Amino acid sequence: MLRYILHRLAVLIPMLFGVSVVVFLMLRLGRGDPALDYLRLSQIPPTDAALLDARHLLGLDRPLLEQYGVWLGKAFQLDFGISYVTRRPVLDEILYYLPATLELAGVALILTLAVSVPLGVWAALNREGLPDHIVRGIAFTGVSVPNFWLGFLLVLCFSVWLGWLPPLGRGGIERLVMPAVTVSLMSLAINARLLRASMLEVAGQRHVLYARLRGLPERQVIGRHVFHNALLPVVTAVGMHIGELIGGTLVVENIFGWPGLGRFAVAAIYSRDYPVLQCFTLLMTGIFVLCNLAVDILYAWLDPRIRVAAVENAA
Amino acid sequence: MKTLAQIPLPNSVFAALRRERMPGLSILLSAAIIILLVILSVAAPLISPHDPNAIDLAQRLQGMSLGHPVGTDHLGRDILSRLIYGTRVSLGAVAVILAMVLVLGIGVGSLAGYAGGRIDAVIMRFCDVFLTFPTFVLAMFMVGVLGTGIVNVVLAIALSHWAWYARIARSLVLSFKERDFVLAARVAGGSRLGVFFAHILPSVLVQFVVLCTLDIGHMILHVAGLSFLGLGVMPPMAEWGVMISDAREFIWTQPMLLFWPGLMVFCTVMAFNQLGDALRDRLDPALRAEAI
Repeated sequence: MLRYILHRLAVLIPMLFGVSVVVFLMLRLGRGDPALDYLRLSQIPPTDAALLDARHLLGLDRPLLEQYGVWLGKAFQLDFGISYVTRRPVLDEILYYLPATLELAGVALILTLAVSVPLGVWAALNREGLPDHIVRGIAFTGVSVPNFWLGFLLVLCFSVWLGWLPPLGRGGIERLVMPAVTVSLMSLAINARLLRASMLEVAGQRHVLYARLRGLPERQVIGRHVFHNALLPVVTAVGMHIGELIGGTLVVENIFGWPGLGRFAVAAIYSRDYPVLQCFTLLMTGIFVLCNLAVDILYAWLDPRIRVAAVENAA
Repeated sequence: MKTLAQIPLPNSVFAALRRERMPGLSILLSAAIIILLVILSVAAPLISPHDPNAIDLAQRLQGMSLGHPVGTDHLGRDILSRLIYGTRVSLGAVAVILAMVLVLGIGVGSLAGYAGGRIDAVIMRFCDVFLTFPTFVLAMFMVGVLGTGIVNVVLAIALSHWAWYARIARSLVLSFKERDFVLAARVAGGSRLGVFFAHILPSVLVQFVVLCTLDIGHMILHVAGLSFLGLGVMPPMAEWGVMISDAREFIWTQPMLLFWPGLMVFCTVMAFNQLGDALRDRLDPALRAEAI
């Protein structure tokens, strides 16, 4: 197991390195001139002298490779530069907004798992019955409904008409319910459908037939022989959902006035605050990669075939 | 309660799943919706009752009426016309994204899979880097680099999706490369490139029909989502995400303003998803588990 984890980490490092190159290069090769944007946001008139000064200050007059080296070296020390807009260290700004985003995405992930697993099992156990149709209806709607629209429909229903839940802000469970449901519905729908299909597929395999022939009680057949095996593809899918959940959170924050990174990042895109944009992208990708690593480790722990195969392939 | 004991053995599971879904009906229905949407977008100037950008403050925030079937917005613009023109933006954007992603993804992926060796390794590491980002975050970053606006959103979404297509194309090419029909074409004297275009590429494209149909919904949601955030289509251009964003301040007074554009996105995405599901069941049941 330890070997598997080390192996995964070893694969990860060059990947993250590549990510840093993309994040750095895209901005340098992009159309904007950081020095111009810096001057604009600092409200200094862009005279030639000021432009030269700004280029020098931002290190833009040095060779690209050197710029990258300096930038990466600082990033390793968690120094992502100073926001052009607020003039404060970027990381401090981002860490200020990050907890709210992580809270929403985390709760959405828990909600996704807590609801989709029972739904998927319920549908599979009652195949072609009413529960199956209900779950299929939820799955069908969930994958197609735009999350920002769903958010407004919830606000409309529970805040405007019924007056049960506050429509805006953060704090307390009553302000968390609607954003979390909004973020998680799509992943929840996909997951429930996947688990249903996976359970039905496993249920058709011979080891399940054998378990039944041995006279095991139905509860044990389904719990141990079907459910456990059916969960494996679902665990893999959760890794994918985390990306969707992060993306969804960034959008949904705007609807519910949730004080997270989404609104901050959009503001940074508008004002072309490049250091913020870089740090935001790196941080989100880092979190995504770590979550996926956790999911992979969990998967390998559940399924010994995976960890053996991965290490052998590498050797 | 039914138990899992009634479930058939593997071979017949797929057959059963296929039968239960009535693909004939759902293909027809979703295809009809999509054709209708395409007609709306192509013939928008002919069909829409008003100019989508004609401001008439005397008529602002009207309810349903004969002149304005679904009412008017806060500037007195006809919502139905804006919805119809919005179809244009969404479908147009997705068509361009899809074309870019297919050309780039299949081109790069096929090159990797067909050339193999070191070229393959280098290209795939390059793709892996793009696959490391969460898609939506990468799209946001690209918009940040390129600047806001619909053209850049289209570019950003294409650039954040293409690597997935490349990886799938590569694995498809790899699996076809050793098939008998390809080997036979080679033995018969076909050149490497000729065999690729005549025999491998068509098979790859067929597989992509299903994948693309399923992905279109996803792309529409991304375009509308970025526009909703104010990064894509700029007002006053009529686009569904922007319309929802514009309507948010009227949620207490005119909730229907929010309802219609969202419904359009929902129906469009649903039609493509349904068509994709039905096509997948029809063409390739084996894709089911993998692509869900």
